[in-house]
Amino acid sequence: MAFCYNFPLKTDRKLGVYLAFAKALFLITLLTSCNSNTNVHLDTVDYKRIEINDSLAQEDSIAQFIAPYGAKINQEMNRVLCYNPKSMHKNDTPLNTALGNMLCEIIVEQVNPVVKSRLDTNIDVVLLNHGGIRAPLPAGEVTTKRAYEIMPFENEVVVAQLNKAQMEQLIKYIVDRERAHPFSGMKISLNADSSLNNVSINDQPLTEKIYYVATSDYLYNGGDSMNFFNNTTVTKTDYKIRNAMIDYFKKVDTLKFESDNRFTKAN
Amino acid sequence: MKRSTFLKSSTAAVAGMGLFANFSTATSLYKVSSITEKSKKITILHTNDTHSHIEPIVGGRNDGRGGVARRAALVNQIRKENPNTLLLDCGDIFQGTPYFNFYGGELEIKLMSMMGYDAATIGNHDFDNGIDGLYKQLPHANFDFVISNYDFKNTILDGHTLENKIVTLDGIKIGMFGLGIELDGLVNKTNYKETKYLDPIDIATDQARILKEEKGCDLVICMSHLGYSYKSDTVSDVSLAAATSNIDVIIGGHTHTFLEKPELILNKEGKNVVVNQVGCYGMYLGRIDLYLNETDINNQAGTVYNL
Repeated sequence: MAFCYNFPLKTDRKLGVYLAFAKALFLITLLTSCNSNTNVHLDTVDYKRIEINDSLAQEDSIAQFIAPYGAKINQEMNRVLCYNPKSMHKNDTPLNTALGNMLCEIIVEQVNPVVKSRLDTNIDVVLLNHGGIRAPLPAGEVTTKRAYEIMPFENEVVVAQLNKAQMEQLIKYIVDRERAHPFSGMKISLNADSSLNNVSINDQPLTEKIYYVATSDYLYNGGDSMNFFNNTTVTKTDYKIRNAMIDYFKKVDTLKFESDNRFTKAN
Repeated sequence: MKRSTFLKSSTAAVAGMGLFANFSTATSLYKVSSITEKSKKITILHTNDTHSHIEPIVGGRNDGRGGVARRAALVNQIRKENPNTLLLDCGDIFQGTPYFNFYGGELEIKLMSMMGYDAATIGNHDFDNGIDGLYKQLPHANFDFVISNYDFKNTILDGHTLENKIVTLDGIKIGMFGLGIELDGLVNKTNYKETKYLDPIDIATDQARILKEEKGCDLVICMSHLGYSYKSDTVSDVSLAAATSNIDVIIGGHTHTFLEKPELILNKEGKNVVVNQVGCYGMYLGRIDLYLNETDINNQAGTVYNL
């Protein structure tokens, strides 16, 4: 849009200079006063928020385009990967659960080869969080969908390197919370007053060395206040927890997981 | 069509602090709509944070809401009503259903192309399969990714996004630019790689000035994934509106804020900016109708906001 002013053209030079000066002045006034260089004016603004619901028709061509994509997902989601003989819920037992222990075992089994190749070592300890288990695993056929339900997030396994002092903080966290945060590679027993009785790591006492702790990138980055991971060296595995589950379920025929004595409390 | 709409709050205005938040100049207090056959009407349709929600939601409190096939039908119907319509998205197209896990965003982008999106900005979750994962889906997009404050120079996306876009509809020149949120701390560095985040207020100030003053746009629209508003001093759509000038409309995302209607925020020059966001998961479509008149530049009263 053009400026909405027009001065008559004159050949007189003096007048020309004068006009140019006036034009400049006018332009400055124009820019500062209305901040618009067009003569199009926004007169009215209307708004309507439209809810997308079943009162609206659907565009058939779009629905048809989506259908095969959806069908493939359903087919994959409903694919039976293995069998689970006993229902597992994250609140089945107080300090460790079959479901939590399963997740830790799966990480050791699936991710260790990656850790071996990237760090030339094995995972010493796995630590996840109780809140991160988003659904139970019912008894019966285990489908891909179940893995998505238990682990809807895209979290990946990472391996942090903790020294003895940092491990002590990790253990203190578990002891203080007294909750079924899933872990493996450690055995922790509490006294009746909830104080720490004994801890061993892979049947050895805690010593001055580097421990390789597999966890999720979410927890490593401070999720659930797991601050003992702060400033520790970390290695990515590029392996999503959910994918580790799916790959494991495909590999085995029947799941066999139980709660055990890895985390106990005296009566 | 001749319509005269008196300002809704002109009687209640006496009561209110809200008075001057709604109407930028004293003269506009008495402004009535002067929509005629000569008026031009631009419709902006917008979505944000659709998060791979292709099908309507099943279960929960949002059961039955959303669905791309319905959105498409609605958009087509509105376009029939007014061909001078823009369809825009404010990011976080990816992540949220198995459609993303299975197809990496391919279907989301293909459907947006089929629906005739004109432009989209980039959200943090659009990096969830890495910058390479986003790049991989670009061939499926027949719309532009407009993002002004990410410097992709040392990344694979270099040259594949626009820092602004100008569209002329019915003779009305509409300038758009896009703003993304700070990625550090929100997205894994290995995913966004060498993407540089630039200050959104600086960039918005520049882009809006370029579009309005240098390029002579009649309307300037900011597509943002900064988030609607924060208690902290983190830059948001609301703080951006107040800290800049030359922007007419900010449509946003990221915070999944369900606004029933847009908020009017006074900009640096005391002019109104329409700020809106429509929640998430494609449950709502925002429709902003803008009526423009060609008038004498010295005789332009305020704008009526029927919000």
